[in-house]
Order: sequence, then C-alpha cells, then structure tokens
Amino acid sequence: MADDRLSLLAETVVQIIPGVRCAGLEQGELVVRIERDAVPEAMRLLRDDPHFACEQMMDLCGVDWPDRAERFEVVYNLLSVSLNHRVRVIVQSDGQTPVPSVSGVWPCATWWERECWDLFGVSFEGLADHRRILTDYGFEGHPLRKDFPMTGLVEVRFDEERKQVIYEPVRLTQDFRNFQFLSPWEGMTSLPGDEKAHLARIGLQERSPS
Amino acid sequence: MSVVEPIDLPQSEADVARRRQVVIDSHAINFGPQHPAAHGVLRLVLEMDGEVVERADPHVGLLHRGTEKLMEYRTYTQNTPYFDRLDYVSPMSNEHVFVLATEKLLGIAPPERALWIRTMFDEITRILNHLLNITSFAMDVGALTPPLWGYEEREKLMEFYEAASGARLHANYYRHGGVSRDLPAGLPEQIWEWSERFPRFIDDLWNLLTENRIWKQRTVDIGVMDAEQALAWGFSGPNLRASGVPWDLRKSQPYAMYEHVAFDIPVTRNGDCYDRYLVRMIEMRESVKIIRQCLERMKPGPVKVEDRKFTPPKREEMKRSMEALIHHFKLFTEGFHVPAGATYTAVESPKGELGVYLVADGTNRPYRCKIRPTGFSHLQAIEVMTRGHMLADAVAVIGSIDLVFGEVDR
Repeated sequence: MADDRLSLLAETVVQIIPGVRCAGLEQGELVVRIERDAVPEAMRLLRDDPHFACEQMMDLCGVDWPDRAERFEVVYNLLSVSLNHRVRVIVQSDGQTPVPSVSGVWPCATWWERECWDLFGVSFEGLADHRRILTDYGFEGHPLRKDFPMTGLVEVRFDEERKQVIYEPVRLTQDFRNFQFLSPWEGMTSLPGDEKAHLARIGLQERSPS
Repeated sequence: MSVVEPIDLPQSEADVARRRQVVIDSHAINFGPQHPAAHGVLRLVLEMDGEVVERADPHVGLLHRGTEKLMEYRTYTQNTPYFDRLDYVSPMSNEHVFVLATEKLLGIAPPERALWIRTMFDEITRILNHLLNITSFAMDVGALTPPLWGYEEREKLMEFYEAASGARLHANYYRHGGVSRDLPAGLPEQIWEWSERFPRFIDDLWNLLTENRIWKQRTVDIGVMDAEQALAWGFSGPNLRASGVPWDLRKSQPYAMYEHVAFDIPVTRNGDCYDRYLVRMIEMRESVKIIRQCLERMKPGPVKVEDRKFTPPKREEMKRSMEALIHHFKLFTEGFHVPAGATYTAVESPKGELGVYLVADGTNRPYRCKIRPTGFSHLQAIEVMTRGHMLADAVAVIGSIDLVFGEVDR
C-alpha cells in the first residue's frame, strides 16, 4: 500500500524534477539520485510542488566511498508532514567542486552543511556561514573520511610547566588494532581437495536468478 | 547604540561629582560554556544592545566525542551503548532507533512481548525526559520547587530502569531482535502501582506552574515560532506541536506497538515557551495512559528473536549444547553480518524526531551511521527565537526547546 504510493511518487519525480539520474525504492524507501548542478532547482521543486510538499529537511549527511571516482555522497532526507512521506535525495561530489547549498530553501540546512563540511570536507556553494561546527577550534582534517585514523592525529593535555593546554601528536602505548572479522568460515569457500564441488556450487549460484 | 540622557538633578557640587553619563554600547557576551542555564556545554555568543539580544551565535561541539566515527569500528551489538550516551536523559528511546534501523536491514521482527516492553519503556523514558526538562526549565526562570519534586519522581522511574536492565541511566536494554532480558517478576505490578499515583504528581506540578503569574510572565510570548517557521527550521516533536503542526511519528509512521494503543497528541497554537511547556505536560499524562495499556495487554512469551544467528542463547543452554556455545562465541566476538543497504529510520523520541541513516556494507560493522539529533536543528533556530528579546528570555528559550548536548554534539 505505502510502497505503491511511493513507486508512483518515484515516477512523478522522474517526470518533474530536473537532473534525476534514477529514482526508485530501496528497502521500501524512496531514493532519488540527482545531478549536482540540478540541486537548487530540484530541492525547490521538492519543497513547493504539491506532489512532494517536503516542507522539512530532517537531515543532511555525507558518506565517504574512497574507491569511487566521486568519493562523497551527500544525502538529504526530506520529510513531508502534509503528505506523510519521506524522500531521500543523493548527490555525488568529488570533494573539490562544491555542492550548491540548499540553505536558501530550508534555513536549517546551514548547520547540516557546516557539519558535512567539517566532517567530510565537502564544500557548499552559496553557504553564508562556512565555519566548522563540531570539531575543536583550529582543528585540522576531516574526521569522518575513511582515511582519517580513528585515533585522531593530535591529543590534548594540560602542560604543568607551561601552565597551558597543549596539543601533541597522538602517542599510543599500543598500536591501534583493527581486528578483521571477515572470518575464514565465510571467506574460505573451498576446502583443499574439494575444488570440483566448489566450482559446481559457484556455477549454481551464478545461474540462480538472484 | 543608545545613550541615556542624564536626568536633571539638583546641581549641588557633590551631585555633579557623583553624576556620570552612561553609554550603553553594543557588545558581545559569552554565555557559557559553563553556565548553569546552558543545559550542558553550550557556548552562546550573544551580541547585545544593552540588555536586548541582537544576534545569538551558538558554538556547539564542545561535547563532540566522535560517536559516528567510533561506531564504524565496532560491531552492531557493541554500538547500542553509544546511543544511551547521546541523549542521556532519555536513553532507551535512543537505543530504539538504532535497533529499529538494524532490524530493518536484517529483515527480522522481534516477538510481540518485546514490542510491548519497548513501547512501555519508550513512554517511561518520555516521562523521565519531560520531568527533567519541565522542572529544570522552571529552575532556569527561577522556580526551585519543581526540580526538587521532579528529581524524586525521576528516581522512581530510574528504579524501573534498573530493575529491567541493571543500570539506572545507561540501560543498554534494547537489542537487535528484542530486548536483552525479560522483565523481572513483580516489576509490572510496581509500574502499575506507580501509574496510579503519578497523575497526582502531574496535577501538583500543573498547579504549581500553569497559572503561576511569574511563570507566565517569563514564558508567554517568548521565543515564538509559527508553524511555517518551525517547519522550515526542521523542528520536530513537542516543539513542532507547540507551533500548531499536528505531527507525531507515533501516529503517522507508527513503530513498535503504537498502532495498537489509544492516546492523544496535544497540539497548541502559539509556539511560545509556555505552549512548549503545556505540550510536554499533557504528553506526560498520555504517556501514563500508554504505559497502562501496555501493561494490560502484555502477554508472557519470548522477548527475543529465537534465531541464534542474531540473539545469544541462554546460559544454561550453553552449558549443554556445543552449537549454543559456538553461537555465543561468534556473536560476542564477530557479531552478526548485516546485508548491504541503507535506511533512514526515525522514532519519536521525547525531544522529537531522532533519526539514524544507517549504511551497511555486508560486514559486521556499520559502514556509516549518521545520527540525526533532535536538538541540533532546534538550537540552530535560537537565533530567530531570541532576536529582540532580553538576555533573561534567552535562558527561557534554551530551557523550553529541551537541549541535551550529548545528543547535539554526538
């Protein structure tokens, strides 16, 4: 029932919104991927067009995929209070070219975009206030990028001699250990001497419709 | 800039010596980060014209702990306790959103009793949260009795938390596929007994504040947000309903057992601090109703998915069965793998819409878990809400929008 309504909405999105790459349901949620340049126009339509009526932008966040050509995804989660549906809009960014800001459409986007800049280094064109927001004053780097170490780069302490708070490179008494749990139970699909059976199994999987 | 003209005083020589011209300048003051009315670590840079706020610039992030980054390095089960520590006055509602998002990606549905327990504890949590918010809000504007009373009631509720989960505050009670264990014997009766007495406490609090002249002078018409503004600034929860938008995820996008319980959603029209207080007060009464319905309709049964790939086996089973032991070991070292996919899942936490955008890549850890805190967008609007108000009103506004920095800063 709800899924039918959303699939209809997905078709409407393709017809009305400019710059749509694809629109469809994922896990029962409407996901729309659009071109970066189309963002301001598309967002304005999503808010004002009575088919969508997304009065609220609940969330904006980044996702880092270092292996992709354009490594960052900027994800907008929109909510329509009057029609009771959610639309997720995804835009790709390479981290160099800025994404058009939507702070003119929803004023609350300002802080979300500042956060995305702070944590991922994705900049936004037309964002009036481009300061960092969550990290420390004078912080360097963008901590939610996959290549930023979890332990951080600097640590802070109060220096008794200099009577002030100082920053130093992180020193770990034990190296950070990132356990790899992708276990051999799933990784090792063939036992020694069992290769033939294994090939047959793979062949079966490839033929199966999924 | 405004200049106060010196009043014409009798011109005796001593008077002239004492008389001085006062020039009130536009200046900036630092409100916090260690201010008792800042509800945590908020640094608010206020540009003042005399005692009138011209611009408010909140600096957040002083409590930033990098939760989202840490979560990418831990298994799903290890990540639930982080949610307790986000909004630390309503822990179980926070756990609920993460557990729901993971269950959606896993495609598992918890048994009925677990859902009733979750619904009940969500509402207990709502009362916990509103009690702290209303009473500390009252304290911010000068009433000391409400917090003294409220903390006593909160203590009773935290005992229920402790009985169910073993911890008063950071419960870690909700699990993927259910709750960690069943309610102990006697707890439902205790909660029932409490629910009979509690409405009288709400009456007391109501009588203390609602018609109180000072309370009304401090809150009515302060920090007004109309419906359109509230929507544009991403408001949710009681703050949105106070502005006249009838929107509650428990009704419009129900989860757990909210479809099956009867309750009303309070909506007010003015969107000022007083209305936000009223909405929360009435919500507490509705929560008591829901808790009683949950207790009435809860039936004995399993509280976890009976699939050993997601939930650990009982301890006595582990003593006898090799498979149970292996399952236990695997779950607590490796954890379960979540199929690749992404979901944005939200619940109506006491403060508003708490969302999680969870991206799974098929491994045992989240690839990305974005937490959508409620207070972030509420705090952002403080600039609009305080502009043109007095400094003391800024304190009332902060109190009324229900901020907890564990959640805003993550």
